Amino acid sequence: MATIEVIKERSMILQKEMIEGLFNDLEKAHETGKKVCYTFVPGNLSELIRCFDMLPVYPEINALQSAMRKKSAAYIKEAERHAHSEDVCTYVKCDVGMLMKGNIGPTGQKLPPPDILLLSYTGCFTFMKWFETLKREYPNAKVVMIHTPYQEGGKMTPEMVNYMVKQMHEEVIPKMEEVSGIKYDENKLKKILQYSKEAEDWITKIFETPKHRPSPIDAYFAGVYYIGPINIGFRGTPEAVEYYKELYNEIQERIRLGLGPVTPEGEMKEEKFRLVVEGPPNWTSFREFWKIFYDMGAVIVASSYTKVGGVYDLGWRHDPEKPLQSLAEYCMNCYTNLNIPQRIDLLTKCIKEYGADGYVTNSIKSCNSFSAGQLAMMREIEDKLEIPVGFIESDLVDPRYFSYSNIKNRLESYFQMLSQRKMMEAEETH
Amino acid sequence: MKKYYLGIDLGSTTSKAVIVNEADEIVGRGITNTRANYKVAADIAREQAIYDARFNLIEKRMNESMANKPEFKTYMKDLRSVFQYCQFRRRMDSLADMLIKTASESTHPEKETIVERLKTIIGIIRPQMRHEFIHEGLGSKNQFFRDIVSEKYNAEVGKMEPKFYEPLMLAFDKSITPIENEMVEYNFKELVLEAMEILDEKYKGLVDMQEDDSKEDWYYAEMNAVKNGYKNIDHTLRSHIEDIANEEIYIAKMVGTGYGRALLPFPEDCIKSEILCHAFGAHAVFPNTRTVLDIGGQDTKAIQVDKYGLVTSFHMNDRCAAGCGRYLGYIADEFGLSLNELGPEANKAKKETTICSTCTVFAGAEIKELLHNGEQKPDILAGLHKSIVQRAMSLIARSGGVKNEFTFTGGVARNEAVLKYVKQMVIDSYGEVTMNIHTDSIFMGALGGAMFARRNISADLPQGTLVRETGGAVN
Repeated sequence: MATIEVIKERSMILQKEMIEGLFNDLEKAHETGKKVCYTFVPGNLSELIRCFDMLPVYPEINALQSAMRKKSAAYIKEAERHAHSEDVCTYVKCDVGMLMKGNIGPTGQKLPPPDILLLSYTGCFTFMKWFETLKREYPNAKVVMIHTPYQEGGKMTPEMVNYMVKQMHEEVIPKMEEVSGIKYDENKLKKILQYSKEAEDWITKIFETPKHRPSPIDAYFAGVYYIGPINIGFRGTPEAVEYYKELYNEIQERIRLGLGPVTPEGEMKEEKFRLVVEGPPNWTSFREFWKIFYDMGAVIVASSYTKVGGVYDLGWRHDPEKPLQSLAEYCMNCYTNLNIPQRIDLLTKCIKEYGADGYVTNSIKSCNSFSAGQLAMMREIEDKLEIPVGFIESDLVDPRYFSYSNIKNRLESYFQMLSQRKMMEAEETH
Repeated sequence: MKKYYLGIDLGSTTSKAVIVNEADEIVGRGITNTRANYKVAADIAREQAIYDARFNLIEKRMNESMANKPEFKTYMKDLRSVFQYCQFRRRMDSLADMLIKTASESTHPEKETIVERLKTIIGIIRPQMRHEFIHEGLGSKNQFFRDIVSEKYNAEVGKMEPKFYEPLMLAFDKSITPIENEMVEYNFKELVLEAMEILDEKYKGLVDMQEDDSKEDWYYAEMNAVKNGYKNIDHTLRSHIEDIANEEIYIAKMVGTGYGRALLPFPEDCIKSEILCHAFGAHAVFPNTRTVLDIGGQDTKAIQVDKYGLVTSFHMNDRCAAGCGRYLGYIADEFGLSLNELGPEANKAKKETTICSTCTVFAGAEIKELLHNGEQKPDILAGLHKSIVQRAMSLIARSGGVKNEFTFTGGVARNEAVLKYVKQMVIDSYGEVTMNIHTDSIFMGALGGAMFARRNISADLPQGTLVRETGGAVN
């Protein structure tokens, strides 16, 4: 057992080192002369940012990490004091509040101002307004916006790809060259993309492991840690490939030993329910939220949220041979850019392939991208698969919108409902 | 030995208990207001259910010998009412002592006068209560001790000098809580005999009673029948009392549910979600139920069930309790009406005033504004009732809509205006569906709990909690 813990720690140590390294680099960006690019996770062009030797900052990651460190309430209050309405996305208010309070990032280190604001995913309208706000705060930053067509027709057409590549040639690349002072080097990008592809292969394998019983991992609550490196700028690095390879091996060892997922209170003993969850988690009470699930023996075998930075389940990968085209496809292929039937198909596939007993939606007050269509999706999945569905409401980073007792009450009822269902099914089979 | 199963639904406003037998038939039900001490609320509800079970047993036995005698029915109704009075009288005694004690210990410069005023008030409300229970069937109106006594107390305080208003109200607030949270044990047999003595006085007195124009003829016809036949009933009843009082109502298993379920002193596996219990109870009473709407004190639930009564999906109000029972209570206060009067008053409306506010607190301000603008009380009330049903309908839509048959449960289902709008809106949105509403709608959660207790809870009874040391037997 001791060996496993050491192995388990290695992937965690790797991740910690990577993140610490990034924040250290950001803190020293001014001294080292590195240019800083603020961008968002969905449809992020991390490879391109890396190609121009820039350092990425992801405002929504800072917001969620601030929330996990119980700092978001004060930041949101600060933003509201500056006339941001109660209804504004709480990621935005947390970020704006953090900026107003000195831009000290979640690690306690000061974040550098952006040299460039790169908006590469327009499916979330709030992102645009968010950067408009940041533009006012950082008048010297260059703004680059690339329009990402929504997959309204349920597919990415060559026209859509060409449209995006054209924007990259005409808008994104010239401005990034201008800000970084570095010429666009396609060969360099191809090398980076090769690493991206490898990391994507590994993470796909990792998120397939919950098909085992018991599931060796929780694909939502632990999953959000696993997607960290690939979503925050390390996709396209050998470090990320190493991290995912290591993680995969650790999980394989858990499977070999028949172990269930690791929770903050140790290993989950009995897997009673296997769930698919749609929607982001709540970050302010992340541990309490997770605990409600593992206390009931519920493991999340698949989640839509872990696909927010890229959907790899259906075989799509970055392709070094088609660098800009594949970047375009990547932007259009993030989860919230899929149309509602595509999302239903993807979730249906997960429910079936991962043998889920139930489907739970965590509806987020702040998030239009996720919330739109959630109820319709739930109804259709319920009708199609005759699977028990549950619906809870919370928020991303505003602690005022996480009602522990309400959520616990709903989930308790839901789990009792699942138990009943299982009991009935068992009786029918006998 | 016969086995019984208990379900307790600890709601935010009322606590309900239902006892079922091995055939899932309801043998007794009890209700009380939820109070700070949940255990006391649950205990009282259970006690009431057990008394009810004993009365039902008595009635069942006597039915054999007294079938087709209308006077028997009237007598038993009176007996139940007076039986409740006997319980309330004991609580009233404790409250009176507590009121005097609280006032005497206060630092008010005129505390002696306040004590005198209190004695006057107590001297008025005690006989009032007695009279209403004995002669006006107050016991059958489902009112709780706190409601009855505070209504009468407030009325009397209103007649006193204004300067004593605050100290008198303060004395009441300080006294009622400890009294309400105290568990008082009663002996069923003793209380029934006491109630029979009181009824004896009542019926003897009927001979000399002057006819009163305000009462209908049937009242006197019924009373005369009871007057002539009550000795016979009294005699038969006494022969059964001993037996029934000693009959063991053995609670073999129980399940706690409702908003306060986690606070019930039950083991974890004796606690069930109220969503499952309400659905199960509603489905038991109406087996074709597929959609259940339950509006309780603090929450509204829209539940979809399958043919077995098992929940397939549900939705609850999350951020706001406007539209639930408490909202109606607040509105009733705003209009100076009792909760029971709200629905009938709303149904007098000629039109429905549009109410914009979905917030309970803002609705209060909006009502004042509307009254000021000359809107009629029934019209405003109709608008309010309509708006809360609209909220419930949105929840139903989110849960998957209305499927045939539709059952409406919870305390709010007793409100006739709510009922009217629910019917109207369900038909408008979902067409003709069978709509089930039961007079016992408030007990559905407790019934579901009791039925779950009979089915799949295998845990032993908790030691030293709700069930007495007599090994499961109560009273």
